[in-house]
Order: sequence, then C-alpha cells, then structure tokens
Amino acid sequence: MSRPELQAPPEIYYGDAEASKYTNNTRIQQIQADMTYRALELLNLPPGEPAFLLDIGCGSGLSGEILDEEGYVWVGVDVAPSMLEVALEREVEGDLFLQDIGQGFGFRPGSFDGAISISVLQWLLNAETSHPTSSPPHRLARFFTTLHSALRNPSRAVLQFYPTSDDQVQLITSIAQKAGFGGGVVVDYPNSKKARKVFLCLFVGDGRAASAAQQL
Amino acid sequence: MVRLITHNLLACHAKGCTTNNYPLKFSNVKLALREADFNPDFLRGFLPRIEWDALVQASRERCSTTDLLKQLHHVLLETHIDEGSMTCPNCGHVYPISNGIPNMLLAEHEIG
Ligand SMILES: [Zn+2]
Repeated sequence: MSRPELQAPPEIYYGDAEASKYTNNTRIQQIQADMTYRALELLNLPPGEPAFLLDIGCGSGLSGEILDEEGYVWVGVDVAPSMLEVALEREVEGDLFLQDIGQGFGFRPGSFDGAISISVLQWLLNAETSHPTSSPPHRLARFFTTLHSALRNPSRAVLQFYPTSDDQVQLITSIAQKAGFGGGVVVDYPNSKKARKVFLCLFVGDGRAASAAQQL
Repeated sequence: MVRLITHNLLACHAKGCTTNNYPLKFSNVKLALREADFNPDFLRGFLPRIEWDALVQASRERCSTTDLLKQLHHVLLETHIDEGSMTCPNCGHVYPISNGIPNMLLAEHEIG
C-alpha cells in the first residue's frame, strides 16, 4: 500500500475508524513515544524548568500524553477532527485546535518556548488542490514563517518527518532557512531502512533553550 | 479545551489581517472550571508574555496583589471555554469553538 500522505488529505485519511486504529496500535504508540522523547532530547530545554510548548499535528495526543507526563504545558494543533476527538476522550491536558498548519499560525510573537512535531511534515508536501495557495512550497513557507514568529528567541523546533527523497529534505530545509530558522537535519539510524528517522532541528536565534523561569 | 492562557496568545491569521487583529472577542461562551496543578515557576516564566489588557478584557476579573500567582493560575490555566466563538476585531472572521476545540480553518480567500 502506498504511503498515507499520498492517498488522501490528512483530515480525510484520519477519519473515525483510522483515528482510533492509529491510536490503539501498540507498535505505533511505541514508535510515537520513542520519537517524542527523542524530539524532546533534541529540543534541549533546561532540565527541571517548566515550558510552554506547541505540538504541531498533535493528532490523538500520543505525544501530548508524554508532554503531560514530563510536566510541560502545551497547545496542540491538528487538521483531523477525528484525531482531536480521540485526544479529548483520552483527556490530555493540552489545549487543542483544529488547524491546517499549511494556512499558518496566528499565535502572537514569542508565544512558545519550543515546538515539536511527530510524523506530520510529509503531509505538507502533498498539494490538495491546484489553487496556487495550496502548492507545497507556498504552504511550507506560510507554516515556517508563522512558526518562527510564534517561537521565543532563542528557542528550538524539532520536527520528525518521513521524506521520500533528498530533494524533499532540501526543499523543506531551504524554505525553513528563508523563514529565518537556523539548524539542520539530524538522521538517526541512517543505514537502517526501517529504523531510519529524520529530525529537522530548527533554531530561532542561537537555538539555546530559553530559560522559562525568571524571578518575579 | 481552550484555556485563557492560550486565548491570550491568539491573534487572527486571515490574509491581510495584521493590525487590530487581537484579542479575539468571545461571544456566547460556555465556561468550565477545571482544577490544574499549581506551578508557580511556570507562571513566573509566562508573566512577561501576557498581554494584560487582553487578559482583563477576557476574564473580567481583577487579580489582587496578595496572591497574584494563585489568581493568575486560576484565570489562565483553570478557566476553559467549551463552547462559543471568537471574533476578530479587525476583519470580523468568526472562529467557532465547539466541544472545547476552536476551529481555526480559513476559507480559500482568507489564506495569505
Ligand atoms: Zn482578522
């Protein structure tokens, strides 16, 4: 079977049945958890300090549950209503938004101490219509520009995704750079076809993790 | 769930809507209060990010100086908006909130 992002837009692909199948699959749960912990590691937040995070494509809250456990306050956005329904049922702590990240964010500048995204960016590489505003480069540009602005300076965003080619990695990296991000790509298990994981590690400013607590 | 902490960060993102697009105005809201763990360190770190006028407008509550952090905790992290809508003061776009989830999707002509 072809990759999910090639079959239908995410809000269609993840209907009720697929959303619960996805969430209840223990193998998926484990992979998502591993990647969330790895993303948090790469986010490099100061240990033991609270932080306000954005979970991009939060889905049914698999990564959000880990953010809860780790004591982070977070906001999650996703374009699939069925996934958000499951997240509500699972009673995650984060605020949830129905949002198409390709349309950009409206968060005020400097809102978040960091952002993570697990298995989402590949969806932005597929156009949904022939309208010019829905071309992948257009959607990626809007996404990265508004994400950059929503993050504090300095801070990081770590986005794990499944590219199908080096060209896709190139495209995404160059658009992120144009939006003002520094940083680059980290590849875990580069020689294993199955375990290979690509993390886009983006820096706002020098990318140092921002210290959240300041004396009142 | 939308808490006031998140509403405080939210501006309209419709195409060309760049001034006077904040804060989004609540209407017909159904509020719920849900207890949350008190985390003074988080609040201290968050204080510089708060837009006070917007918060006061949204909460219509005054914080006493005696226990500022406790009050802020209650207003920002325990006050949820479950139903209602948020309207952009500039372009008038209405973001509906249903079952605690705001719908931030834009129409084709509103995408920048
Ligand atoms: Zn507006």
